[in-house]
Amino acid sequence: MKPPTQNGPKPKSAKPGKWVVPGLGLLQGLAVTGKNMLQSFYKKERMTTVPYPEQRAPISPNYRNIPFLCYDDDPEAGLRCTACKICEKSCPPECIYIVMDRDENGKALKRPKVFDIDASVCMGCGLCAEVCPFDSIYMDGQFELATDDRFEGLQLHLHDLAKSAEYHLQLRPKEASEVLARRKADAEKKAAKAAAKAKADAEKKAKAEAEQTAKTEDPPKEEGGSE
Amino acid sequence: MKTLIAQAAEPSLWSPEWLPLLPKRLVENLLEHFNAPGWLVSIGGIAAGAATVLAVFMTAFALLSLIERKTLARAQNRIGPNRAGPFGILQPVADGIKMLTKEDIVPAKAEKLLHLLAPILIVIPAIMALGVLPYGREWTPVPLELGLLFFFALGALTEVSVFIAGWASGSKFPMLGAMRAISQMVSYELPLVLSAIAVIMVSGTLSLPEIVAHQGGYHLGFLPAWHILTPWGLVGGLVFFIASIGEANRCPFDLPEGESEIVAGHMTEYSGFKYALFFMGEYLGLFAISGLGVTLFLGGWQAPFPGLGFVPSWIWFFAKLAAVIFLFLWIRATFPRLRMDQLMRFGWLALIPMSLLTIPAAGIWTLLHRAGHGLIAWVVTIALLVVPFVIMTVLFNRGLARSNRTYRFAES
Repeated sequence: MKPPTQNGPKPKSAKPGKWVVPGLGLLQGLAVTGKNMLQSFYKKERMTTVPYPEQRAPISPNYRNIPFLCYDDDPEAGLRCTACKICEKSCPPECIYIVMDRDENGKALKRPKVFDIDASVCMGCGLCAEVCPFDSIYMDGQFELATDDRFEGLQLHLHDLAKSAEYHLQLRPKEASEVLARRKADAEKKAAKAAAKAKADAEKKAKAEAEQTAKTEDPPKEEGGSE
Repeated sequence: MKTLIAQAAEPSLWSPEWLPLLPKRLVENLLEHFNAPGWLVSIGGIAAGAATVLAVFMTAFALLSLIERKTLARAQNRIGPNRAGPFGILQPVADGIKMLTKEDIVPAKAEKLLHLLAPILIVIPAIMALGVLPYGREWTPVPLELGLLFFFALGALTEVSVFIAGWASGSKFPMLGAMRAISQMVSYELPLVLSAIAVIMVSGTLSLPEIVAHQGGYHLGFLPAWHILTPWGLVGGLVFFIASIGEANRCPFDLPEGESEIVAGHMTEYSGFKYALFFMGEYLGLFAISGLGVTLFLGGWQAPFPGLGFVPSWIWFFAKLAAVIFLFLWIRATFPRLRMDQLMRFGWLALIPMSLLTIPAAGIWTLLHRAGHGLIAWVVTIALLVVPFVIMTVLFNRGLARSNRTYRFAES
């Protein structure tokens, strides 16, 4: 058998000249808990517990669980979603179901008629929000999804999912404001382009019209000139 | 016996000092009014008196179960139960309903009769022990002449019922818990009784009301003559307090039900109302042992300052009881559970020697006081108690210096 070896630091009490009075450590411990007990009554920062249903702790902007659909002004007409189905295809557990809206002639209206997310299947990966090119789908901060109906109650439909841009701004101010600024710039650019195009069109049209009128009006002029 | 129970003076029915005796006297008066026989009157009075004590301590038990959780919560910077009623005041009611409506499960291998008896046998001694304590100048439900002896005899009965519970469950964790309980309670009964012997020697009686009466009056006009304010009483009171934590199975000596190791000890196989009875027995036992500590060392119902005679004496008793119980809660909030060998070493190497020392100290104190040398008594008893404590401290420190742990199998 090997002789007992002494590894590691020696216990503090073994230091020469340092005396341990029995019971002193116990009193120190009592002082700590006593301080906790007293200060919990008047120091706000000590009580970190939030009485949950009445009060809520703020949700971190990094928190995300279930996707939602962002709209700008109107929950139906203002939906950013174009029913392109990229999110549906990218969803790993395939919990998104989209049907595009069509008019009576069968022409695509570029908006979803059905947009369902099965909350019992969604794993909150956020891939749908990653891939969406229309700034439409984002991860929500909503965590109170409990329901007594585990089939229909966990099926989120279009009207459950549609949430305003202001909600997004509240939930994740940085991301949402960036998105809004970009969308505004895009819209302005688009408007400018459209305006330029319209202008160009108008000029073209005017020119064409002028030419037309010149063509139609010239002969009488010529006629008149010839007269 | 009869002369002790029968009160000489019969003051007003509604005077505050006699208020706790009101139900008893009302029942007695009522029975006498209807010309009931004498034995019926006394039985009715005793029943009403017992009901008063029971009602008081059942209410206190309900409140304590809430206050304990609140206090522990505050020590951990939490809020504690606050859902049932304002400030959670209805929490005990909710707990009670939950306990009563739970299924009562008896294991297949249990000794059915003993399994049923154990929780009953744990509550009865606690209630009986509460009967002999002097709560006020006029309020001692059963003023026994050998009250202290009676109390300790009942305290020993608790150990038996804990062991019955562990044995009758027919399961391993209850058995382990019961074995722990027996070794712990037997070890801690010793310092408990030894420190009480000093009080018996000084006051010269086993009757609890007389022990309290002995602590009346004031030294130097303001210092109450409680036993805790003497050298031997301070040491004895501390030892008694620590040993009573062990007797009451409270944290940090709650090894018999150490839930991190043996589920719930002797209560593992109990559910529903039987479990509630264990809970109740534990708390009533806590009240009883704290009440005895207050009686022996803290002057019972005696007021802490002269000139407070207008306050009913039982209010002082309950104030002191509440303070002692708060100390129990505070200690529970602070200290972790001991290991079995630490518990035993502390009991046998620290508590019992110190409690043994209080006996000669109390003897010398009494002798010198009778001889009229009060000051010398102080000096001698302090020396008698402090010198061994210093020697123990030196030995303790040497032991620490020597006990550098050596790891034979787990070398780093």
